[in-house]
Amino acid sequence: MDWGAARVVARRDETPRVRSIVFDCPTWEGHMAGQHVDIRLTAEDGYQAQRSYSIASAPEDDHLMLTVERLQDGEVSPYLTDDLAPGDQLEMRGPIGRYFVWESGTGRPLLMIGGGSGVVPFRAMLRHRSAQQVDAPARLLYSSRTIEDVIYRDELTEFEDSRGVEVRLALTRSQPEGWDGFARRVDAAILSEVAWAPPDRPHIYVCGPTGFVETVANCLVDLGHDPNSIRTERFGPTG
Amino acid sequence: MAIISRGFKGRRPEVDPSRLPPGQYVTHDFPVLSAGPTPRIPLDQWAFEVTGLVDKPRSWTWEEFNALPSETVTLDIHCVTKWSKLDTTWSGVSVDTLLEDLQTNATHMMASSYGGYTTNLPLADVMGGRAWVATGFGDQPLHPEHGGPARLLVPHLYFWKSAKWVRGLELLAEDKRGFWERNGYHDYGDPWREQRYWGD
Repeated sequence: MDWGAARVVARRDETPRVRSIVFDCPTWEGHMAGQHVDIRLTAEDGYQAQRSYSIASAPEDDHLMLTVERLQDGEVSPYLTDDLAPGDQLEMRGPIGRYFVWESGTGRPLLMIGGGSGVVPFRAMLRHRSAQQVDAPARLLYSSRTIEDVIYRDELTEFEDSRGVEVRLALTRSQPEGWDGFARRVDAAILSEVAWAPPDRPHIYVCGPTGFVETVANCLVDLGHDPNSIRTERFGPTG
Repeated sequence: MAIISRGFKGRRPEVDPSRLPPGQYVTHDFPVLSAGPTPRIPLDQWAFEVTGLVDKPRSWTWEEFNALPSETVTLDIHCVTKWSKLDTTWSGVSVDTLLEDLQTNATHMMASSYGGYTTNLPLADVMGGRAWVATGFGDQPLHPEHGGPARLLVPHLYFWKSAKWVRGLELLAEDKRGFWERNGYHDYGDPWREQRYWGD
């Protein structure tokens, strides 16, 4: 798979620690919702570093968007979130992975469960669902530390209001006054409330830090969901 | 030609660079990557089998498996998601032991796992002291998240070849693609030649 040049066309702050970067990639040949890319940075002395990032944009979008969380001791993420400016270029290759992908048109409900920046591939799925005008229902359960840490806050509200997506937030560390969403880590009780019953055969996608994904996937199996209907993407603090 | 990233300094590895394949960085964590839930495998139901193109299939219970000669090895592992972890210590049974005195015309094998995962390898790559079925990490039993009770360990290839929760090896007369190999990843997966994806 070849590397291609990608030029930054815009940046967008999502939260204090998370920034989206919009790229123009002339050689890009399209992707499926849920896939990721590899990016490669080269220092002036030729030293290179590579990392993988989930794609935040839908296949139908004009530009490719990545959403990057700045990791305190990261080698690559602080450069992407703080230094990279419109007009800058980097190398990219992809799309990568053909398993953690959602394809419209199966008619089955779509259940997405994300922790922290694990919500990124779900933006791609939700935008793909909108672009394809999918009728089958979709739910997003999203765990975040605080309301300020919620990525794509306005967009999620829009998906809820105009696209019939049920968005349920769990704020684990602190909640704003009058909060009526979940106020704890995602557990079996939350999952049994939010998830469709196993006979409805939802497509289930779980993305987030390892501990989060382990807990959620185990609970879903306990609730009777077929392990093969649960697709997971785990990430550690490896930025 | 590579694009220079203005202002990117990077962090040079604090280890002998010759131990790090291209595009990899050193991690001290042990990240977990799996495509689905971690399967539950009661040890009294666990079995390991060698099947396929063999004169006689072989099978071990957990007890029998643990009575096989065990080796402890310290080696570097390389994940296709870019992390490498150096000097990891594992204990387990050499695949040579499992295939000892086997009569076969097989050239390849498919490792299969509890939970349905599969990965393919040339037979030569799991023989000659290059592959193990590991049941211990450090001085502990292998944790389920990392593939316990037993995982394949083939450190000279990207780590998706080291199938977690392995339950058997099927010997084959020809190559056949496993799970990730069907889903965009390289058929062989040599980190030193950076064979990550289809077409690499």
